[in-house]
Amino acid sequence: MLNYIFGTIIIISVVFGIATGNGSNLADAVIDGAKDSVSLLTTMAGMMLLWSGIMEIASRGGFTRVIGRALSPVLKKLFKNVQKDSKALDYISMNVSANLLGLGNAATPFGLSAMGELHKLNNSDEKASDDMVTFVVMNTASIQIMPTMVGTLRQSYGSSAPFDILPCVWISSACALTVGLALSKLLRQ
Amino acid sequence: MEIIMPLFIAVTVVFGWVKKVPLFDAFVAGAKDGIRVLIKIAPTLVGLIVAVDMLKASGFTDMLCEMITPLADSFGFPKEIVPMVLLRPISGGGSTALLTNIYKDIGPDSFAGKVASVLAGSTETTFYAIAIYFGSVKVKKTRHTLISALAADLTAAVTAVLTVRMFL
Repeated sequence: MLNYIFGTIIIISVVFGIATGNGSNLADAVIDGAKDSVSLLTTMAGMMLLWSGIMEIASRGGFTRVIGRALSPVLKKLFKNVQKDSKALDYISMNVSANLLGLGNAATPFGLSAMGELHKLNNSDEKASDDMVTFVVMNTASIQIMPTMVGTLRQSYGSSAPFDILPCVWISSACALTVGLALSKLLRQ
Repeated sequence: MEIIMPLFIAVTVVFGWVKKVPLFDAFVAGAKDGIRVLIKIAPTLVGLIVAVDMLKASGFTDMLCEMITPLADSFGFPKEIVPMVLLRPISGGGSTALLTNIYKDIGPDSFAGKVASVLAGSTETTFYAIAIYFGSVKVKKTRHTLISALAADLTAAVTAVLTVRMFL
């Protein structure tokens, strides 16, 4: 997917740029873009390392399990076909808690295990079950307590209050998640 | 709201201490992971930021924005983030490149900058998630997953504008 996007963007910009007489701007963009992207990475580096370190403390202390326990009543309602003590529900709650903490790297392996367990309960081999759809929709809507990446980026560009967007992010992702889950339930059959 | 950051760190440290986590060892191990993530995203980011900068310099995005403006305006939607809304479900790196472009051009504290931040924080790379999760169990018929997920993305775009207008 990205291969096509990358190729298309480059071709469009060179053709369009030359046609509209923006050729010299284009040359500047190549040089500045390469330089800016690296300086962005170095500005971000400190905050990224700091947050990863803090999140590791949270994760080793069992923060994910604490959140998972709080979430389990809700998750049991969402995934009706999963038995209460099943492994699938454990993986799902670990995946959701890791996502909440913004531990994307930890969330994906849990999510893959959850999918594996859900597929065992699936009646069909190549058709997704209702629970699988619900689970994936949940994962495509980001639910994060601390969107560290966005905060770090905003700070790098001189924001006066990089995390002032937090309440908006929470409300917005809650709304998106609700719509996604409601629609996936409506469209079953 | 800024106090939330140091507060979050403090709560985490106290929690880790109570749970007898070797605090600094854990921190260092986590930070090492952070550097790995950074190195992993570096090539993507460099490539896509250059590509997006080129697209902007060519005048193409301006033309596109001008075409979209009437439509975006009628919904009260900042036109600068329309390209990001479109790219967000497809490419995480690409939309990050667009996000930094918005910060650079109009600033992270501008209305469009804030809306773009909320959007980035409340959505995921939908196509990627669907591909890896269903791909891992070799399920081909994903039924109504995509439509539900895209509806969620669209909702996030609308609520991002509404919440920023209401609270910030």
